Amino acid sequence: MNYGNWILDLLLALPLVVALVILLGPAPAAKRVALIGALLEFACSVPLWWMFETGTAAMQFGISHAWIPGWGVTFTLGLDGISLFMVLLTTFTMPLAVLGSWNYIKERERAYYALLLVLTTGMLGVFVALDLFVFYVFWEIMLIPMYFIIGVWGGKRRLYAAIKFFLFTFVGSLLMLVAILTMYYMVGNASGTYSFDYAHLLAHIGAVDRWAFWLFGAFFLAFAIKVPMFPFHTWLPDAHVEAPTAGSVILAGILLKMGTYGFLRFAVPFFPDVAFDPTVSTAIVVLAVIGIIYGALVAMVQPDFKKLVAYSSISHLGFVMLGIWALSVESVEGAIMIMINHGISTGALFFLAGMLYERTHTREIAAYGGIAKVVPALAAVLTLVSLSSIGLPGTNGFVGEFLVLVGSFGAYPWATVVATTGVIFAAAYLLRALQRMIYNALDKPELEQLPDLSKREFAVLLPLIACILWMGLYPAPFLRRMEASAQALVEQVRGPATGGSIELRVPAEVVQ
Amino acid sequence: MIPATLDLSHWGGLTLALGPEVVLSVWTLVLTLVAAWRTDEEGHRAVGRLALIGLVVTLGTIVYYWRAAPQAAGIDTMIALDGFRWATSAVFVIGAILAVMLSLSYLGREGIRVPEYYVLILLATLGMMFMGGGADLVVIFIGLELMSISVYVLAGINRRSIFAAEASLKYFLLGAFASGFLLYGIALLYGATGSTNLTLIYVQISSLGLQSDVMLRAGIAMLMIGFAFKVAAVPFHMWTPDVYDGAPTPVTAFMAAAVKAAAFAAFVRILVQALAPAADVWTDALFWLAVVTMVVGNIIALAQRHLKRMLAYSSIGHAGYLLAALASGPGLGSAAMLYYVLVYTLMTVGAFAVLAVMGRDGERQTAIEDFNGLGSRRPWLAFAMTVFMLSLLGFPGTAGFIGKWYILSAAVEAQYGMLAVVLAGASVLSAGYYLPVIMAMYMKPAMSDTSHTDLEVFGATRYVIGVTAVLLLVLGVWPNRALEIAREQGRDLQPDVMVTVSR
Repeated sequence: MNYGNWILDLLLALPLVVALVILLGPAPAAKRVALIGALLEFACSVPLWWMFETGTAAMQFGISHAWIPGWGVTFTLGLDGISLFMVLLTTFTMPLAVLGSWNYIKERERAYYALLLVLTTGMLGVFVALDLFVFYVFWEIMLIPMYFIIGVWGGKRRLYAAIKFFLFTFVGSLLMLVAILTMYYMVGNASGTYSFDYAHLLAHIGAVDRWAFWLFGAFFLAFAIKVPMFPFHTWLPDAHVEAPTAGSVILAGILLKMGTYGFLRFAVPFFPDVAFDPTVSTAIVVLAVIGIIYGALVAMVQPDFKKLVAYSSISHLGFVMLGIWALSVESVEGAIMIMINHGISTGALFFLAGMLYERTHTREIAAYGGIAKVVPALAAVLTLVSLSSIGLPGTNGFVGEFLVLVGSFGAYPWATVVATTGVIFAAAYLLRALQRMIYNALDKPELEQLPDLSKREFAVLLPLIACILWMGLYPAPFLRRMEASAQALVEQVRGPATGGSIELRVPAEVVQ
Repeated sequence: MIPATLDLSHWGGLTLALGPEVVLSVWTLVLTLVAAWRTDEEGHRAVGRLALIGLVVTLGTIVYYWRAAPQAAGIDTMIALDGFRWATSAVFVIGAILAVMLSLSYLGREGIRVPEYYVLILLATLGMMFMGGGADLVVIFIGLELMSISVYVLAGINRRSIFAAEASLKYFLLGAFASGFLLYGIALLYGATGSTNLTLIYVQISSLGLQSDVMLRAGIAMLMIGFAFKVAAVPFHMWTPDVYDGAPTPVTAFMAAAVKAAAFAAFVRILVQALAPAADVWTDALFWLAVVTMVVGNIIALAQRHLKRMLAYSSIGHAGYLLAALASGPGLGSAAMLYYVLVYTLMTVGAFAVLAVMGRDGERQTAIEDFNGLGSRRPWLAFAMTVFMLSLLGFPGTAGFIGKWYILSAAVEAQYGMLAVVLAGASVLSAGYYLPVIMAMYMKPAMSDTSHTDLEVFGATRYVIGVTAVLLLVLGVWPNRALEIAREQGRDLQPDVMVTVSR
């Protein structure tokens, strides 16, 4: 059988099967089974990297099953240069998440690891769904495992954080549901075929022109909450801080990307005229820039390391939004790069925060100091990861932010200038925290006995470090795979590069 | 066995057309005699089992008629012969079966030894079947009274509870009041059109152009008020929380599910088959009724601490969703309503069943905190409750989601974007009270070391909880067959005139 014909089905089904095995098996074996399952999942997904055909923006590995024919719902899946990376990021992160929970989760292990795997299916489903009904189902389904992971295994304020996380996402998604249905009927009336199929809706999207603004608004709200963009971000610090380590890693590494992915896949291609209407786009870019600066400033004053990382996410995701809305091939590629980078670097930061917490049971930056002398390896890794998060050349962070800033300057010079200061702020908050935590004087006696990284912790961190360096030093394989899709997105909105039929506020030189 | 066409003007044809009702009535009458000599605990349960058998036989008859699909030789007089009747009757009987199964162990535990209890449930079910199938306002009214009076008694069947007495009295007074409105409405409609037959009313309104006739409008208004009382639509909902709260839990489940479903079935039939030509009179009213009911029901439910009362208010919210389906017009709206009624019956009965297991003394005092830690002590019970809560919330993977999606799509198709948005907003509100139950079960520690250890889930209750939970999951993932049925029967429900003409 041809790999491409069944791989996406397998990727969605395998975690569910493993979750069932975990629930039925004995409790002590749960984490081992989960690890094997997650590794198997990753192994299955790796060939996607080579099998993926570069140079085309078409959907690949397409699969379609009938589901609810009466409503025009088909279980359609597929990958392009954007979702490929999101899928690989997910399958790459999950084994690490399991390994990172190894000692942290002590009670109800079976349920925990089963939920992690169900969550994997939910997230992968969001990234590969090409039917809006299927997309919506996965988009909601993944709320439940995350809600339980935060609410059952989280920190002190876990209940509050869990329900806030749930409600924020739920509000946005229900309006999106109404929007999806409206599109379904308007397109159906115009084309004669009632279907939730992505390609079908996209092909006849002209039928919804009259309501495009409101429909875009509904999608925007759902995705902006998830990203999160500036005024909708308040659930994020609570959820990230209260979640157990693996939960934070998944939240930051993958869940936030669903928002930006949603913009790239749905909101922008469906409603380009609204999204790039001068007023709307200015508003969004302003919000993105506010997010960059605000996230960085708030991160700077956090006494809690995990919270600092959480706020830095808001800042990073602001860059992604800026990159998408600048809409040049470079900026969109940069946005996708940041989505990957952020998953890796911030994921690593959350892992490190979790490792420190397991040692000292505090997340206060002030409670540390000078630990580089005691735990040199941990300190070195933390430094490297922080530098990548800041965007030091040679690390992955640099590539993405550079591309976004270069690509955006033509369209929004002022916004880009302001956003660039965000990079400086990032250096300020992370380096200051580093200094206070691992350098300075070792003045707290209880820190002198800290154990350094264990083998298991190395196993978690090494793949992440490898990715940081690989993407920083040789990003070409990544860029090559996403180029066609980024190009297609830009052309779809702006018309073919030569024509430039859609009038935009963007100066002509950027279009080339 | 059954001829393909039945002559409803002849007594033989009419009796044949009433097959399921005849079976159930005979069984009920016999059961009344049986019950009269059974006063001990064991005899009581025997009556319950016999009632169960009667209901199952009735269900079988309904399915038989459904498949045979006999047609009326002319217009439907007195009783309708269409898929909508069979589908709704099946839902009522399923609701009654679940309620009887719940009662079997519940009544013994609560010390309610009244064997007539089961007879009353059967009588109420019979009334519902007439409501869902009546083709004449008088038949529908008689069915409604038969159902209501049985349920008034059921609500107060626990004579030692003052809350049950309050529930019964309140329900009776307000119910009688609502019946008055309804009857007055029927009288006015008769005055305006000269008929109580649904089809003839339709013909009269459209051929005589009575749309702006004052008497007709007043009649429709009265009729709507009467039904709004019965389905507990805001602002006619005041009786609901006290009645649901005070009645024994299986009766509450029966009221919340089947009684409400019956009122909706009769309501939608009258609106579509008789009053469709005057649609502009009632559409707006229904629209606003739906909006207010969804919003108010869900907001008040947010403030409840006791689960039984919370479920009572949430059922008001769900009445709002059903009204939204109704307001979205015939066709898709009726189909959505039909599907949602089935799903709603399953999830409501399931939730009340879990409550019946958890509680004591009529469950009035069972607070959400009493569910703390249930997840680790009784994982399956907690899982089932999670399914019910998520389904009531309309979460993907459960049948509640498919039902809500169906209603939303009916509203969007009818170009009631605002109704859809309000429905979505109301669902968000409802997350505020369904989630805390899940939260209590899994995320909070048990109140004490011994809590939940003495819970006993009796056989029949176990089946009710298990079957409803599994059905909700199955219908949530693979709804095709049920959707098809709902669509066909929803389409089947159309003005009889058109059916007759096209035939």
